[in-house]
Amino acid sequence: MRVVEKRQLLSAEEIGRTLSRLAHEIVENSGGAKDLALIGVRRRGVPLSERLAKQIRGFAKADVPVGTLDITLYRDDLSTVGPQPVVQSTQIDFPVDNRDLVIVDDVLYTGRTIRAAMNGLFDLGRPRRIRLCVLIDRGHRELPVEASFIGRTVQTSDTEIVEVRLQEIDGEERVVLVDRVP
Amino acid sequence: MLQRLSHLLGTEALTNEQIAFILDQAKPFQEFQRHPLKKLATLRGKTVAMAFFESSTRTRISFTTAAARLGADTMALQAESSSLKKGESLLDTVRTLEAMRPDGIVIRHASSGAPEFVARRLEIPVLNAGDGTHEHPTQALLDALTIRDRKGKLEGWNVTILGDILHSRVARSNIHLLSKFGVRITLCGPAMWVPRELEKLAPNLRVVHRVDEALDGADVVMVLRVQTERIHEPALAPDEYIAGYQLTPARLRLAQPDALVLHPGPIVRGLEIDSAVADGPQSGVLEQVTNGLAIRMALLYHLIGGAAADAPHPAKDRSNASD
Repeated sequence: MRVVEKRQLLSAEEIGRTLSRLAHEIVENSGGAKDLALIGVRRRGVPLSERLAKQIRGFAKADVPVGTLDITLYRDDLSTVGPQPVVQSTQIDFPVDNRDLVIVDDVLYTGRTIRAAMNGLFDLGRPRRIRLCVLIDRGHRELPVEASFIGRTVQTSDTEIVEVRLQEIDGEERVVLVDRVP
Repeated sequence: MLQRLSHLLGTEALTNEQIAFILDQAKPFQEFQRHPLKKLATLRGKTVAMAFFESSTRTRISFTTAAARLGADTMALQAESSSLKKGESLLDTVRTLEAMRPDGIVIRHASSGAPEFVARRLEIPVLNAGDGTHEHPTQALLDALTIRDRKGKLEGWNVTILGDILHSRVARSNIHLLSKFGVRITLCGPAMWVPRELEKLAPNLRVVHRVDEALDGADVVMVLRVQTERIHEPALAPDEYIAGYQLTPARLRLAQPDALVLHPGPIVRGLEIDSAVADGPQSGVLEQVTNGLAIRMALLYHLIGGAAADAPHPAKDRSNASD
C-alpha cells in the first residue's frame, strides 16, 4: 500500500482567506463575540482555533478565549486498539458553563471525534450552545453530526485521505487529497 | 515506551524512558482531578481485581478511585475477610480471581516477590501495590512526579531519605527510581535500620547516621513512617527516635531553604515528623495524595486499557506450566 497525492484542495493563501471568512461567519451568526469561546481539538484544530481567535480580535475587537481539547480518553475505539494512544493535556482555563462554544477541527469525517469532543466538554460543565467549525468537510458521516461553519466541502472516496498541513505543526501550509493505492 | 510494559512490578526494572513516559502521562490525569465531573468512560466494561493480602487504606482507596474515575469496575479481596485465613495458597486465590475474568490485578502482599510470582502465572497485567520490603513502585512514581512538579525537574537533586530504610519498600523503590536520574541520595536513620550495606543499592548513594549531616544542603527530604508493625528487632524507644531523627523545623533549616518535604503516609505526628513541618509550606504531603491518583490512572489506562489480550481462557493452557 502506498500513498499518492491526487490533488491540492487548498493553497496557503486559500487557507488564509477561508479562515478569515469563517471568523466573520462565527461572529455574525453569534450576535457578536459575547460569551463566545473557541475549543481547538488536538492536534490541528489547535492552531486553527488560535488563528480564528486572532482574526476575531482584529476585526471585532473582542478577546475570544481559546481552549485546547484532547479527545483521547473519550474515543469510542479504545477497547479495540492494541497499545493505548498517548493522552495529551486538555487546557480550558475558563468555565464552559453558559458559554457559546465553537469546536474547531481540521477535517470532519465520520463525526466520531466530534462526539468525543462534546463528551469531553460536558465533563467540564454545561455550555449554552456548542457549534462546530471545520476547515474541510469530506462526508462519510457515521453519526448525526454536522458543522455550522465549513471552509470547503469536498467529495471523497473511502480510501482517500484529506491531509491538512499547517505551518505550526507540519512546517508547510496547504490541504491535499491523497489516496491509498495497492 | 510503556507500550512494551505488561506489568508494573517495581521501579528497578523500569527504563528512564518508561519512567518519564509514566510521569508525562500522569499530567493530563492531574488536570482531570480538577474537573467538576470526575468520571470517564474510558475503561468502561473493564474490571480490576484488587487483591490486598495485607491491609491498606490509602493505596487501596487510591487505586479504587483511579479505576472508578476511568470507568472501570473493581472487585476487592481484603486480607481481613479473605480465604487466606482459611489456608488457601496465594496462587489458588489469584487463579480464582482470574477465573472471574478481570482485565488486571492490583496486588499488595507481605511477601517480597509475590506480585512477580503472580505475574509469571497469570495472563493479565499485574500492578504491584507494595510487596514486603521489596518495592512500592506507584509510591516512588508519585513521589517523582511531586518532585518534578515542585522543583521543576527530577535530575540532579540531593535527596535525603530519613527513617527505617531497611524495612521500607517505599525507600527501595525511590532509591531505584531516583538513582536512574542522577539524584544524589543520602540515607539516614538509626544504624540498625540503615546499615552500611545499603550503599550497594545504587551509585551516588551514601549512608549517614547523624541527622544534621544528612540534612545539610538537601533539596528534598523524604520522611518515612516508623513501621512498628514490620519491625522484629528490639525496637527503638520512641523518645530516642524523636531525639535523634524526628524532622523538626530546626532540623529542616539545615536543608536548602526551598527544600521539599515528602512523606508516604500515614503520618505519625510527633514521632517521625513534627506537625509544623508536616503542615508547613515546604510539605508536599497532600500533593502526593492527589498525584497518586494521577499516576495510578495513567498506569491503569495504559496497562489495562486497550484490546483484551487474545488469550484463551487461562484454565485451559496452563495445564503444562512448568512452575
